[in-house]
Amino acid sequence: MDQVRKTVVLEGSRGVAEAVRLCRPNVIAAYPITPQTHIVENLSQMVADGLLKAENIRVESEHSAASAVLGASAAGARAYTATTSQGFLLMLEVLYNMAGLRLPVVLTAVNRGISAPLTIHNDIQDSLAARDTGFVQLYAEDNQEALDMHIQAFKIAEDHRVLLPVLIGMDGFILTHSFEPVSLPTQEEVDEFLPPYKPVFYLTPKAPLTMGTKTDPEFYTEARYMLHKAQQNARQVIVEVAQEFKEKFGRFSGDLIDTYLTEDAEIIFVSMGSLVSNLRAIAQELRQEGKKVGVLKIRAFRPFPFEEIVRAISGAKIVIVMEKDISLGATGVLAQEIRAAFYGKANVPRLSGFVVGLGGRDVTRETVLKGLRLAQESDHLCTFLDLNPELLEEV
Amino acid sequence: MYQIGVSQPYNNNLFAPGHTACAGCGQSLAARLVLNALGPNVIVANATGCLEVFSSNFPQSSWEVPWIHSLFENTPAVASGIEAALKALGREDEAIVVAQGGDGGFADIGFGALSGAIERGHNILFIVYDNEAYMNTGVQRSGLTPFDASTTTSPAGGCSFGNPTDKKPVAQIVAAHGAPYVAVTSVGYYRDLERKVQKAAGIKGPKFLQIHVPCPLGWGHDTSLTIKIARLAVQTGLYPLFEMENGEITSVVKITPKPRPVEDYLKPQARFRHLFKPGAEEELKKIQAIADENIRRYKLYEG
Repeated sequence: MDQVRKTVVLEGSRGVAEAVRLCRPNVIAAYPITPQTHIVENLSQMVADGLLKAENIRVESEHSAASAVLGASAAGARAYTATTSQGFLLMLEVLYNMAGLRLPVVLTAVNRGISAPLTIHNDIQDSLAARDTGFVQLYAEDNQEALDMHIQAFKIAEDHRVLLPVLIGMDGFILTHSFEPVSLPTQEEVDEFLPPYKPVFYLTPKAPLTMGTKTDPEFYTEARYMLHKAQQNARQVIVEVAQEFKEKFGRFSGDLIDTYLTEDAEIIFVSMGSLVSNLRAIAQELRQEGKKVGVLKIRAFRPFPFEEIVRAISGAKIVIVMEKDISLGATGVLAQEIRAAFYGKANVPRLSGFVVGLGGRDVTRETVLKGLRLAQESDHLCTFLDLNPELLEEV
Repeated sequence: MYQIGVSQPYNNNLFAPGHTACAGCGQSLAARLVLNALGPNVIVANATGCLEVFSSNFPQSSWEVPWIHSLFENTPAVASGIEAALKALGREDEAIVVAQGGDGGFADIGFGALSGAIERGHNILFIVYDNEAYMNTGVQRSGLTPFDASTTTSPAGGCSFGNPTDKKPVAQIVAAHGAPYVAVTSVGYYRDLERKVQKAAGIKGPKFLQIHVPCPLGWGHDTSLTIKIARLAVQTGLYPLFEMENGEITSVVKITPKPRPVEDYLKPQARFRHLFKPGAEEELKKIQAIADENIRRYKLYEG
């Protein structure tokens, strides 16, 4: 399969597994949770078939999955894990620690809503809980981008200017369980693009070192600052890696952001993940009706591309943020960040934030057009679209 | 300015002095004995707790061996990852992987991770330093706090004799997983400790050591009595030292010349002070019964 680059129709999860295999991880640790399962099942089969030479640790929880890849990375291995929803939340304590220890693990954050009420379906409330962990956070729009992003993710994570774990947000079911044609790179190409991991420090008796010390107030702030600085460095590295990927594989799906028909757009939709594809289709349709509509994809949620966003959309009259998450008691998370990006700038467009698609509810053409209509009438701080009033009776 | 470099072991100790453990700390002594018994070719994963805090205050470190601290409850999982990495990278012979922590870190909050790592059969030496409560946070009750011990969350009072439950039998639970080697030892029996550490190191697969380590601060005894108290725990029958190989008990440390009454162990410790006030006679009998049952069950003394 690896000798010639070919286009194959694969389930999203399989595509990710193939990408991870091509990156030659030394250690994989994961715990099963829907809809992440197909990714780790595929990887397990690859290990069982000898197609992937890696240690596969079937841990007893997601907390241990994250901890095992943390330990593996600290010992100098390239390590990978995947999870979603409740499993992601269980990992959360370890994710902060992993970033603080500067361990370049790659994690697929299959996106699923969180309990209560229980849902197995897609939104992105789970991985946004990792907002402040120190993880570099990328969101994939389609299965080709998810595949490509994993290959890029290891390179970004392991760059010595970064040395941070990277998570890839990938919409559960919508991407993980749908079949799309994808171009699979060859092993040779990936090996050229992604050299073996060269840790700066790792655990070995040949050069003993102490990792994960306790600190007092005279050191802690500097450690956190350096973590923040590594995030800042990641901006440049994400752009470089996307460029290098384009040159090597001929594909570019954006770096920190991606834009679609935004140049002269009066109305610009902003979103992350698979929803961006829907918005592209709608923008195209509206263009045919003569309406100047464009789309901004936030590809890197951390580091957050403040400047790039402002440059891309400040020419618009109206910006409409469509997002599958809600910071309860505030607004949609992405809308908050976009507003923050514009504070103190000239030519601030009008901005509306809409919460859509929670717990797997379809975001239809009608949903988006309704948002467009509402945003043209007045600005919305945080409005849920498609609410069913019959279900909203007060107790 | 602050360079963490490789220093020469002080006095050939792999656990350097200068750390901030309390005077008379049984755990720091045990940690040094363990490392010196293992030698330099180890990689240690350490749980949050006293040992981690007093040995790794940046930019200082007592560890002359590669050492990592991640979190409180995940140490066996971190060690699993280290062991798997060594395997995957062809560095298996480079080091013995050690996962260590206190009774809270291993028998309570990290028990799931411990169970998982043992069940998966990783080639790791697990060590729990049992000081019988959460000492780092101020002497709160753990699953290994003994019956009737007064702690800050199981205090003795007008209607309480302290901790109402017996110690969780962690070693036996680990042995039931099928671990090839499980042993209980004590800082008061350092030859026994060294022998068990070295024996464990020579066995492939998951092996588990539980080490009784008195805590003068938490137990309320004189700092000069650490070793004596540790030995009294064994000599009364309250802390049986044994080895289990493939689920069977293969050795015990016999009590000589004969078992001491439990009062000898309890009296020097403030955590049991309330048992020596009028009205607690029945409690002392209950504790003696625990010791007697241990002596019978583990054949600690045949008089």
